[in-house]
Amino acid sequence: MNTLSKIVIPLFVIIIVFYGFKKKINVYDSFLEGAKEGLIITFNIFPSIIAMVFAINIFLDSHFVTFFLGIFKDFFTFIHIPLDIMPMAMLRPISGTATLAIMNDIFITHGPDSYIGRLASVLQGCTDTTIYVLALYFSSIGIKKIRYSLGVGLFADLVGITVAFLITGLMF
Amino acid sequence: MVNYIWFFLILIGITFSFFTGNIDKINDSILTNGTESLDLVLSILPIIVLWTGILRIAEDAGLLKKFAKAVEPLLSRLFPDVPKDNPALGYIASNVAANMMGLGSAATPFGLKAMKELQKINDKKDTASVPMITFLVLNTGGVTIVPTTVLALRLAQGSMNPSEIIVPGIIATFCSSVGGLLLDYYIRKKRRKR
Repeated sequence: MNTLSKIVIPLFVIIIVFYGFKKKINVYDSFLEGAKEGLIITFNIFPSIIAMVFAINIFLDSHFVTFFLGIFKDFFTFIHIPLDIMPMAMLRPISGTATLAIMNDIFITHGPDSYIGRLASVLQGCTDTTIYVLALYFSSIGIKKIRYSLGVGLFADLVGITVAFLITGLMF
Repeated sequence: MVNYIWFFLILIGITFSFFTGNIDKINDSILTNGTESLDLVLSILPIIVLWTGILRIAEDAGLLKKFAKAVEPLLSRLFPDVPKDNPALGYIASNVAANMMGLGSAATPFGLKAMKELQKINDKKDTASVPMITFLVLNTGGVTIVPTTVLALRLAQGSMNPSEIIVPGIIATFCSSVGGLLLDYYIRKKRRKR
């Protein structure tokens, strides 16, 4: 699998460049045109990235999540969910780097082959950072009214996280 | 909506720190925030520029239209409002394919391009269109088949069998995407009836 994911990108590049060349496209000029567009896209999303990183960091650094989860401590113990995993489940839709850091901590403390280690691995892969992707994609084209997208996105996350808990409990 | 999220993240973060006496941490956080955002942008900038360049070649050569046509039977069910040979479908398919391979950073430029194409056929430019929302759900459901970063970290931390989490991961990610798409489909149907 690892070699496969290493071949994909070079293969992708050669197919596109070769195909363009064969179709008598000026591949170099096309690339420059597209790259220029990419520069403008990045320029447009820069403010929203600053805004999101700013708010997310304030939220994370306040350790509100730890406090909030402490309230439900007894409930989690009751349904046999390890408490250490909850910050990760809660932050998954907000920040990919934060959950990656938490996962690494879990690996160090409990080991990657522990129940909680496996759970963290499944959680990390099962959904994307909904709020970040949403803010990034919509701000790049100037969408202000996002309608029901956040609700559906978070619902998908919830389904993924729930299944991750169930399936890890069943399989290991 | 992003408006509310942003407001509440800041409000909760700062007021909570006041009460717990952690306000100096928030102070540091705000001061170092700018650099972190810049690092993030600088790390994705070359990738986006490079891939939009490569993608432009594919677009100019007509490869993207071909790709869009090939995946059209699958995607047209999810995106009935998008014309069949619209390049957006090609970008969407590329985005999903890159996500499946766990190449998140390569997926983002495809996603941004897909959004740009969908915006061209959007009537109200400040409001998210139905295909945009479906695409977001498909994207944030995150159909990851090879979670490269997770595998690398597991290996680094001395796991006996790093790839044992792939199958449960696929099941979870699949349920997440299907669940999201079903809800999206349900909402679309309900709105059309009105």
